Amino acid sequence: MENIQNVLYLSSFVFVPMVMLLGLWLARNINQVRGVMVAGSSVLLLLAVKLVFDFLGARAADPTSEMLFTGHIDWFDALHIKYAVGVDGISVAMLLLSAIIVFTGTFASWKLKPLTKEYFLWFTLLSMGVFGFFITVDMFAMFMFYEIALIPMYLLIGVWGSGKKEYAAMKLTLMLMGGSAFLMCGIFGIFYGAGGNTMNIIDIANHTNGAHAIDTGMQCIWFPMTFVGFGVLGALFPFHTWSPDGHASAPTAVSMLHAGVLMKLGGYGCFRIAMYLMPEAAQELGWIFLILTGISVVYGAFSACVQTDLKYINAYSSVSHCGLVLFAILMLTQTSCTGAILQMLSHGLMTALFFALIGMIYGRTHTRDIRELNGLMRIMPFLSVGYIIAGLANLGLPGFSGFIAEMTIFVGSFENADLFHRILTITACCSIVITAVYILRVVGKILYGTCTNEHHLQLTDATWDERVAVVCLIVSVAGLGLAPLWVSNMIRTGVAPVVEHILPTAQAVAGF
Amino acid sequence: MEYTLLILLLPFFSFLFLGICGKWLSHKTAGLVGTSVLGIVTILSYMTAYAYFTAPRGADGTFATLLPYNFEWLPMGNLHFDLGIMLDPISVMMLIVISTVSLMVHIYSFGYMHGERGFQRYYAFLSLFTMSMLGLVVATNIFQMYMFWELVGVSSYLLIGFYFTSPAAIAASKKAFIVTRFADMFFLIGILIYGYFVGTFNFVEAGADGQVVDTMGQICGFDADAAKFIPVALGLMFIGGAGKSAMFPLHIWLPDAMEGPTPVSALIHAATMVVAGVFLIARMMPLLQSFGTIGGHTVLGIVVWVGVFTAFYAAAVACAQSDIKRVLAFSTISQIAFMMVALGVCTELPTGHHHVGSLGYMASMFHLFTHAMFKALLFLGAGCIIHAVHSNEMSAMGGLRKYMPITHITFLIACLAIAGIPPFSGFFSKDEILTACFAYSPFVGWFMTAIAAMTAFYMFRLYYGIFWGTENEELHAHHTPHEAPLVMTLPLIFLAIVTCAAGFIPFGHFVSADGQAYDIHLDWGVAGTSIVIAVCSILLATFIYIRKRQPVADSMAEKFSGLHRWAYKRFYMDEVYQYVTHRIIFARISKPIAWFDRHIIDGFFDFLAWGANALGYNIRGLQSGAVQKYAFVFFLGILALTLLFLLA
Amino acid sequence: MIQIEYMLIISAVMMCAGIFGFITRRSTLAVLLSIELMLNSADLNFAVFNRMCNFGGNEGYLFSVFAIAIAAAESAVAIAIMINIYRMLKGIQVDKLEKMKG
Repeated sequence: MENIQNVLYLSSFVFVPMVMLLGLWLARNINQVRGVMVAGSSVLLLLAVKLVFDFLGARAADPTSEMLFTGHIDWFDALHIKYAVGVDGISVAMLLLSAIIVFTGTFASWKLKPLTKEYFLWFTLLSMGVFGFFITVDMFAMFMFYEIALIPMYLLIGVWGSGKKEYAAMKLTLMLMGGSAFLMCGIFGIFYGAGGNTMNIIDIANHTNGAHAIDTGMQCIWFPMTFVGFGVLGALFPFHTWSPDGHASAPTAVSMLHAGVLMKLGGYGCFRIAMYLMPEAAQELGWIFLILTGISVVYGAFSACVQTDLKYINAYSSVSHCGLVLFAILMLTQTSCTGAILQMLSHGLMTALFFALIGMIYGRTHTRDIRELNGLMRIMPFLSVGYIIAGLANLGLPGFSGFIAEMTIFVGSFENADLFHRILTITACCSIVITAVYILRVVGKILYGTCTNEHHLQLTDATWDERVAVVCLIVSVAGLGLAPLWVSNMIRTGVAPVVEHILPTAQAVAGF
Repeated sequence: MEYTLLILLLPFFSFLFLGICGKWLSHKTAGLVGTSVLGIVTILSYMTAYAYFTAPRGADGTFATLLPYNFEWLPMGNLHFDLGIMLDPISVMMLIVISTVSLMVHIYSFGYMHGERGFQRYYAFLSLFTMSMLGLVVATNIFQMYMFWELVGVSSYLLIGFYFTSPAAIAASKKAFIVTRFADMFFLIGILIYGYFVGTFNFVEAGADGQVVDTMGQICGFDADAAKFIPVALGLMFIGGAGKSAMFPLHIWLPDAMEGPTPVSALIHAATMVVAGVFLIARMMPLLQSFGTIGGHTVLGIVVWVGVFTAFYAAAVACAQSDIKRVLAFSTISQIAFMMVALGVCTELPTGHHHVGSLGYMASMFHLFTHAMFKALLFLGAGCIIHAVHSNEMSAMGGLRKYMPITHITFLIACLAIAGIPPFSGFFSKDEILTACFAYSPFVGWFMTAIAAMTAFYMFRLYYGIFWGTENEELHAHHTPHEAPLVMTLPLIFLAIVTCAAGFIPFGHFVSADGQAYDIHLDWGVAGTSIVIAVCSILLATFIYIRKRQPVADSMAEKFSGLHRWAYKRFYMDEVYQYVTHRIIFARISKPIAWFDRHIIDGFFDFLAWGANALGYNIRGLQSGAVQKYAFVFFLGILALTLLFLLA
Repeated sequence: MIQIEYMLIISAVMMCAGIFGFITRRSTLAVLLSIELMLNSADLNFAVFNRMCNFGGNEGYLFSVFAIAIAAAESAVAIAIMINIYRMLKGIQVDKLEKMKG
C-alpha cells in the first residue's frame, strides 16, 4: 500500500505537467494559457517545497536507507522494466531547483509571441521529462524521461529561437542524441553486465534482486560510454560545443531551463548511474575524465573572456561551471561531491537568472553584442542591478550560492592526498580569477558608462512579470548563499551512501 | 558580550534597507539612517572595547580571548566553516578604528556627497563595507576572514565605481577587483593547504566547559613533519594579504582606486581595508614565528623585504605625483609597507621583558591605529580641497590657506603626524617601528629611517603645493574657494584631536606580542635621529616649495628628467600589467582558445555533420531511378549469393 | 526418353534471355516481353517438375495455368500503364522514366 502511495506521491511531479498539457491544449486564449502555466508551475513549486519538508522529516526518522519514498509498479515485465521511483537528498534538491526554474521561466516568457500556446505545450513537456528523470530510479524510465526532456528542445529552439536557430537546434539535438546513443549502449551494458534481471539502480548497486557485480573489464567499456553520454549534456570538454550555439539561439525561458536544469541532468546522471553503478571503472578511468573536466573549467573561462555576444559569454561560463560539477564528482570525496551538487543547484539558479536578464535586455535592445550596448544602468536600473547581482553571484561572492558551492568543492577536492589531484584543484582555483575578468568586463561595458545609442534611451525598465522572475531567482540564490547548512546537510545524506559505495575499493587503485 | 552581534547585523540590515528601499527615500533620510546605524555601531564598539579592556587580566597577564558567538555555517567533511565573533586585543582595537573612521566618513559624506545622484546607494555600500570589514576583523577562523575579505573587495569595487558613468572609474574599479582577486586566489590556495594539514580553520574554538581553546597555540606545537606545508600556506596567504594591502608588485590597483569618491578613499583605501593584509599577518603571527621557513627563507623575511622595497618604491613615486589623491595613495602604500616591515621583523617569540624580538608586532598595530586616524584626516582634508577647487591636480591649488583655515590647520597636523614630529601620534608609532627595525638589522633600520625622511619630504611638498605656493588666479577668478561646511569640518577637527592625542595612549598595555602589558619607552637614539632627519626633510621641502616660484624643484626635475618621468609614470608598472593582461592573457591565451574552440573543436563536429551529409549525398547516386539498373544489381546479387553457396 | 536436364537447360536459357532482355532493352514493350519470357521459363519448370518428379498430384500444372492467367492480367495492366506513360512522356523508352531518382 505504501508502495503505491509513494509512487503516486512522487509521480505527482509528472502528473501535474500532464494536467497542464491537457489544460494548455484546451486553453482558448493567451490569458487561459498563462493561467494554466502559473497555476501549474506554482503547484509544482509548492509540491517541491512540501517534498523538501517531507523528505527532511522522513530522513530524520530513517537515516539509513539510501532512497526514501521508494515504490514501483511493473511496466514491461518481460524486459524487467519497472516504473520505480524514489528520492534522496540529491534528487530532492534537483526537484526544488527544477520547480523554481520552471516557475520563473513561466514569467520570463510571459510576453512570448507567436504561438504562445504551442510554446508552453513543449515547455511543459520538457519540464515533465526533467521532473520524471529526477524521481525515477529505474534506468530505463530515466532514459525515457531524459529523451522526453531533450526532444522538445529541438522545436523550442528551431521555432521560437533567434539568430541561426535552425543550425543551432539541429546541432544541439544531434549532439545530444549522439550522447544518448552512447548512453543507451552504456545502460544496456550495465543491465546485462549486472545479470539482466533488473533495471533498478539501487538493486544493481547493492547486488540485490538478481543483480550481481559487473565485471571490471566490462565496466571499463560501459563506464566511458555512460559518462560521455551524460557528459555531453553536462558540457564535458570537448563535447560542449552545442552549448554556445544552442544557448545563443534559444528563447529566454528555454535557455534558463536548459542551462539551469537540463545540463544538471548530465551531472546527476554521471554521478547516479556512471559512477555509482561502476565504481571500479570510476576509480580506474576517472583520471582521464578528471583531466578533461579540469580543461573544461579553465578553458570555458578563458573562452568567455573574448566573446562579444552576451549569451556566448554565459554559455562558456556555463561550460566552466558545469565542468566544475563533473570535476568535483570525479574527485570522489564526500565533501567534493556535496560541493558538486551544491554547484549544480547554485549554477542552475545563477545561470537561469543570467539568461533571464539577458533575454529581457535583448527583448528591449534587440542586440546582445556588448560592443553595441552601453550605459544601461541609467536606462533600466532594475535589470542592471539584477545583472550585477547575477554577475557577482557567478564570480563566487560570499553571501550567494556560488561561494559556498565553490568553496566546498575546493576544500573537498583538496582532501585527495596525491599530487595529481592537488595540481588539478589548484588549476581549477585559477578559474575564479578569470571568471571575475569576464564578468566585470561585461558589467563595465554594457551597464556602466553613458548610453550613446539614441534608440536605447527610450527603453523601459522591467515589467512586473519580469520582476517576479528576477526577484524569485535572486532570493533563491541569496537564500542558498546565506543559509547553506540545511541544504548542505540534506545533500550530504544523499551523497554519503554513493561515495561510500564507490570508495571501499579506493585503496586498490588509488596509487596513481 | 552578546551585543557584539549587533555590530555586524545592524550595518547589514541598514545595507539591505537602503539598498532595497533607497529609491523611495529622500537623500536626507537615507543618510540619517546610515549614519545613525553607524553611530549605534560605534557606541557598541566602544562599549565592547571598554568592557574588554577593563576586564581583569588572566593569570598570565593577558586579556582573555572571548568567543561570544561561533556556529557552524557550512560543514566540509572533517573541516567546518564557522561564523562567529572573536574578541581579542587586536580585533577590539580594529573595531574601534573601523567604527570611528567609518562614522566620521558617514558624517562627512553628508556634505561631500550632497546632491549627488545615487546618494542612497552610496550609503548602502558604505554600510555593506563597514559590515564586511567588521566581520573580517572579528573572524574566528581563516575561512570567515576570507569570506569577509571577498566582501570588502566587492564593496570596494562598488564604491570605486560609484561614478559609473566615468570611464576612469569603471576601469579603476575593475582593476582593483581583479588584481585583489588574483591575490585572493593564492590566499584561497593557502587556506586549502592550511586546512588540509592543520585540520581546522579555526583560530580559537569553544571548549567543553565554556573555555576558549587557543587552537592556533596548539598548532604551534605540531611536530616538524606535520607542519611541513604550513609555511607554504602562510606564504600564499601573505600573497593574498599583499594584494589587499597593495604591496609591490600588486599595488597597482590602489592609486587608480582614487577614482572613487574621496570619503571612500579615506575609509577603504587608506584607513581600513588596505590594512586587512597587515591584520592577516598579525593574526597569523604565532604560526609565522613558530614555523615560517620555506627552503631556508622565512616567510617573515619575505614580508620584510617586500615591505622594505614597497616602502621605498611608493615613497619615490609619491615625490613626483601631481594629483593630490595619488600622492596620498602612494603615501598609504608606503606607510602600510612600514607596518608590514614591522611585523616581518618579529623574528622571535616574545620572551623576557623587553620584547626585543617582537616589538614590531605592537609597533605595527600601533602604527595601524595612528595611521588610520591621520590618513583618514588627510584624505578627508583632501576631499574638502577637491570640493573647493573641483580638481585633483596640484596645479589648480596653491595659496589655499587663507580660504580654508580649518582644513589647513588639520591638514598640517596630519602632515606633521605622518612626518613623525612629536608630539603627534605618528611620531610614537613610527619610532617604535624604527626601533624594532634597528633591532632586526641596522641596514633595515637606516633604510627605513631614510624612507621616513622621504615621507616627510613628499608630504610637505604636498602641503606647500596646496596651501602655499602660487595661487591659481585664473581658476579662482570665477570661483573663489571656500571653507567646507560644518558637517565636513567637524570630522576633520575630531580626527585632528585624535591625531594629537593618540600618541599618548599607552598602546602597549592593550596590544602586545605576548598579550602582557608593555610600557612603551622611547629609544632616544632612534627617536632623535628620526626627528632630526624629518625636520631636515621638512626644511628642505620648505626651501624648495614654499615660494611662489619653485626654481629648485624645476631645475631638479629638469636635471633628472628621466628619473622624474619614470617616477611620475610610477616606473611604468601599469604598462607592464597592461602588457601582461592585454597582450599575453587576452591576445595569447584567450583569443587562441576561443579560435580553437570555434574552428577546431566545433569545426570537428561540423565536419562530422558535413561528412554524414556528404556521404548521403554521394550514395544517393545509387538510387538512379532506372529500374533496369536495379534489376541488374539484383541479379548480380543473386548470382553472387548462388556462387557463394555453391562454392562454400 | 528426354531427360530432365534438357528441359531445365531450355528453361534456364529462356530465363537468362529474359533477364538479359530486361536489363538491356530500352523499350518498355521489350522489357515486358522479357518479363513474359521469364515467367514462362518458370511455368515450364513447374510443368517439368510435375511431369518428371511425380509427387502424385497436379499442383505443378495447376500453378502453370494459374501463372499464365496472372501473366495475361498483368500484361493488360502493364500495357495500360505504358499507354499512360506514353501519354505523359511521349514515348515508352525506359531511360525517360527517372521520376524515382533520389
